[in-house]
Amino acid sequence: MSTTLNVVTSQEYKYGFVTDIEADSVAPGLSEDVIRFISAKKGEPDWLLEFRLKAYRHWLTMTEPDWAKVYYPKPDFQKIVFYSAPKAKTPKYASMDEVDPELLRTFEKLGVPINEQATLAGVAVDVVFDSVSVTTTYKEKLATVGVIFCSFSEAVKEHPELIKKYLGSVVPSADNFYAALNSAVFTDGSFVFIPKGVACPMDLSTYFRINNKESGQFERTLIVAEEGASVSYLEGCTAPQFDTNQLHAAVVELVALDHASIKYSTVQNWYAGDKNGVGGIFNFVTKRGLCKGKGSHISWTQVETGSAITWKYPSCILLGDDSIGEFYSVALTNHKQQADTGTKMIHIGRNTKSTIVSKGISAGESSNSYRGLVKVQPKAEGARNFSQCDSMLIGQASSAATFPYIEVQNRSAKVEHEATTSKIGEEQLLYFQQRGIPAEEAISMIINGFCKDVFRELPMEFAVEATKLLSLKLEGSVG
Amino acid sequence: MLTIRNLTASINGTPVLKGIDLEIKAGEIHAIMGPNGSGKSTLGKVLVGHPAYEVTGGEVLYEGKNLFELEPDARARAGIFMGFQHPIEVPGVSNASFLRLAYNKKAEAEGRDELDPLEFDDFIHEKIKLVAMKEEFLDRSLNEGFSGGEKKRNEILQMAVLEPKLAILDELDSGLDIDALRVLGDAVNRLQRADRALLIITHFPRILETIQPQFVHVLSGGRILKSAGKGLAIELEERGYDWVLQEAAGSAR
Repeated sequence: MSTTLNVVTSQEYKYGFVTDIEADSVAPGLSEDVIRFISAKKGEPDWLLEFRLKAYRHWLTMTEPDWAKVYYPKPDFQKIVFYSAPKAKTPKYASMDEVDPELLRTFEKLGVPINEQATLAGVAVDVVFDSVSVTTTYKEKLATVGVIFCSFSEAVKEHPELIKKYLGSVVPSADNFYAALNSAVFTDGSFVFIPKGVACPMDLSTYFRINNKESGQFERTLIVAEEGASVSYLEGCTAPQFDTNQLHAAVVELVALDHASIKYSTVQNWYAGDKNGVGGIFNFVTKRGLCKGKGSHISWTQVETGSAITWKYPSCILLGDDSIGEFYSVALTNHKQQADTGTKMIHIGRNTKSTIVSKGISAGESSNSYRGLVKVQPKAEGARNFSQCDSMLIGQASSAATFPYIEVQNRSAKVEHEATTSKIGEEQLLYFQQRGIPAEEAISMIINGFCKDVFRELPMEFAVEATKLLSLKLEGSVG
Repeated sequence: MLTIRNLTASINGTPVLKGIDLEIKAGEIHAIMGPNGSGKSTLGKVLVGHPAYEVTGGEVLYEGKNLFELEPDARARAGIFMGFQHPIEVPGVSNASFLRLAYNKKAEAEGRDELDPLEFDDFIHEKIKLVAMKEEFLDRSLNEGFSGGEKKRNEILQMAVLEPKLAILDELDSGLDIDALRVLGDAVNRLQRADRALLIITHFPRILETIQPQFVHVLSGGRILKSAGKGLAIELEERGYDWVLQEAAGSAR
């Protein structure tokens, strides 16, 4: 079923290897020339180059945000490689036979099924390696019901009218520092289009892999569900172990029209750096969904376990009347990891509803913050929000913080916020051990119980793997 | 079954147990009594391996083997059970799944068959009758939102599930009304066998009317000041602890 997640969640960080493959890279640094190079490399139309340059020019006027509770050396953008792709005989692989065998072996090693014959039916996968999408499975099968699932670059060529219509419609290119950077330099990603009335027959999934030591990954995902359409989308990610930091600055846009439903699940397991905080990914991501239509529904579920620094707030703009936004999150930090994550629920339409369930687990010397905004605009008659933010501390040196922001401009709105902080201490562990249950299993059981409300939103196998991943990440952190 | 010789222990460098000697044989029921802060709960915690306490001297043999060589979970699987004074609450973990895991860990250690959820369901429905627990408590999160009495009931249910050789019950009576105390006391009595032993830690003698010990020890200042038969509990009921403390102070002088 959810092979991508099996991959991401299984065992210790065994994805730290580097693939030795000839890459087609641009020299480090960022300039209009680099952007023109990327655009030319992809054979993009002029309007898209203009979109990029406009974003870049705006980005130059912006400063890196520092309001998040994370501390890190600011990236030197002149040292980052903004385009790196495995060298290929042809620009796009017409069949699997043309893919570099070394690349195939990489994904085999990661357990990502890019060979359709070798996979069990059920999940279609788009595979992004550094700056490009390598392959997308089940494309033809999905096309028979009108579902478009392909790499972003391909979508630009084959469905320019859709891209032009929706790109930047949810996250404008000037939205924030990293969204602007992404808009200028994004290289690939996934595009999903579910036409009117179609329930996507299988889960769609994208697997992201950063390989190049100096490269950043700037992918762009756009998912559009037309009237009455529905889709469940899964995202997984890993990266090699380097002692330097790599930048991952993605933008994800979701658009749901009348009565459409999009469920977006992430298991994020980027390399987190070592125990002393050396290396690891800077994960600065903008994810936003627009519930544009009446009765539309967008649900974010995330299990965040990797990255040295995490800065992301998957959000919902509840524009359509009766639309529903949900955010279910488990964020785990260990050692020196820092996470500042949460959501924004913007209620604009009438009778809009949002639910936020956030579970933060901090171990080691890590710092884990929840930051969330619930905003009810004047016309959002009858808006409802329920937020539950729970933190769990493991050991003495970790920290947790909750920053809820609530802005209500309509009297009929009902907003509820609950928060708890608990601790796995020696008393809790002793209780389990005294019943014959070893410490590691006890932690796993306690954490699983703590995260239950989020895990039940995940596809089942996914949830099982997520539980395993959490236990694994916490190994040796108690007792 | 259990031999404690000159046991000393401390917490954060402060001595709490200052030389305990105690012998518990199969089939026996012992009561440890004493004023608050005497160290009686500490003795139980040291026996089950609470990490906050450091054993600084002496030895404890359980079935002839050094108890301190076993991790806390191994001690439990070897048959030592503690009914906690303040059982912890664990949100999201169902009582039934916790009980089943504990049961299966012990079964596995003893080479018996583990029970699947259906088999365990039959098994546990027999057990809850013993402690007069309502079925709904099985599906609830472990101890979450349980009253003090319900938590104690759950402790004795766990004892019934695990059938320990040596059960240490720490302040079982706290938080219990008289009727509940009688039900749980009867349940504990029914679980007692010739090859099992009980160590009751209590401040109040009341519980000893139901669970009748053969041996009563008064512990104060980290030492056992007096050991006698069941009659001592009755005397403590009538006269309190001061006279034992004074008597001990007198004999020490």
